[in-house]
Amino acid sequence: MYLESSIGTSRVKRGLADMLRGGVIMDVVNPEQAKIAEDSGAVAVMALERVPSDIRRDGGVARMSDPEMIVGIQKMVTIPVMAKSRIGHFAEAQILQALDVDFIDESEVLTPADEANHIDKWAFTVPFVCGATNLGEALRRIGEGACMIRSKGEAGTGNIVEAVRHLRTINAEIRRLHTADSSELYTLAKDLGAPLALVQEVAELGKLPVPLFCAGGISTPADAALVLQMGAEAVFVGSGIFKSSDPERMARAIVEATTHYQDASVLARVSTGLGDAMKGFETSTLDQRFAERGW
Amino acid sequence: MPRVGVLALQGDVREHVSVLKVLGVQVSTVKTREELAEVEALIIPGGESTTMSHLLEISNLRADLSERLADGLAVLGTCAGLILLSKNISDGRSDQWSFGALDVDVRRNGYGRQVASFETLVEVAGIGKVQSVFIRAPRIERFGSDVEILASLDDGDGPHPVLVRQGAVWGCSFHPELTTDSRIHGMFVESIDASR
Repeated sequence: MYLESSIGTSRVKRGLADMLRGGVIMDVVNPEQAKIAEDSGAVAVMALERVPSDIRRDGGVARMSDPEMIVGIQKMVTIPVMAKSRIGHFAEAQILQALDVDFIDESEVLTPADEANHIDKWAFTVPFVCGATNLGEALRRIGEGACMIRSKGEAGTGNIVEAVRHLRTINAEIRRLHTADSSELYTLAKDLGAPLALVQEVAELGKLPVPLFCAGGISTPADAALVLQMGAEAVFVGSGIFKSSDPERMARAIVEATTHYQDASVLARVSTGLGDAMKGFETSTLDQRFAERGW
Repeated sequence: MPRVGVLALQGDVREHVSVLKVLGVQVSTVKTREELAEVEALIIPGGESTTMSHLLEISNLRADLSERLADGLAVLGTCAGLILLSKNISDGRSDQWSFGALDVDVRRNGYGRQVASFETLVEVAGIGKVQSVFIRAPRIERFGSDVEILASLDDGDGPHPVLVRQGAVWGCSFHPELTTDSRIHGMFVESIDASR
């Protein structure tokens, strides 16, 4: 069709991740929420049946969403629609690709399907995002073909502490590589459990070769500004919007805070009179830590 | 050298800044009215057009930018930037607005959703073949007689323009900022110099 053209190249897949930078990706469970998200300036929506805080409350096995619900959301909005597959569940990913979703999140929020292997993401045309708690995990996912990394945080808690821990860890490990002597990179690659070529690339670039976003616990405009100032390039907000007392207002405030994250006067204005943020959990009381899923 | 701004509300701002720096241009990012007032030309980057139009309004930039465009500001819009500069938009939100600075009508995601996104070579007038990356790209489906076509692509449905220019306003369906080739930005920067 096109002269020497190709679909699904790394540049095309990582390119969409680049287009989402500086934006807010919002979890939505129905077309009405998707509309509110788009109206509020979301850069993409994540279509799922239950937000993480409800998955946490309900227990049981959490799986890919019903295609009918995903298609309903695709019809409602013009922005990219993402959906989650279970870790290692490549058949769910095949289904999501057949539905023309724009991005797949191989997510620890769902119940893992494979305790040893993640999905071979190079086999897909659709781009993937994966979570990571440290640099080795991030580079293993990129080695498998992930086009975007999100620090995991602890989804469904409304508590930013784990997201901060994971972002700080990833950034500190990147700085370590960036200042390392080239002869040290072999042992550092072994210690990180990461492919040598990617370790060398990060050492050279001083950053990941794909965008680094932040997820898991962002529930206020100030939370978004915090992680962006720490180097996250965009934010995922899950339960934080639709579990707050005024979702539309919270959504708009987090979008504005994400653009003007360095301007404290804007942050003060958008943080004023927002109503109640989601209640949230103190993470030390959790029975199940989603962030521990993935290998 | 002109001072070129890159609209930095959302999207792949950094890539445009890098290309402009390679070209030796003085670059600044634009998030506020004050920052917009200081630039002599502007790039509207790739990203989500609905998000950028929302942010243009809440950041009080819509009226100012509209005025600058009417005054002949040199602007290059890539992908979402092209959508924002166009006259009419189809397959967008029902309330989606645009500046109408470029006499073209675009269809959002006119080349398909992400799984249909692609890269290919296109022949650009004056510079030759350019590797071009189309990501959920808008398709130009109508253009006025004052619009100069600098590159077209035939996707099986006849050739459609993918790089156009109308006076000081440039629009591009693809992302010249995603490759290391700086020639399209170079053409745009030269056109600013020529018009001063």
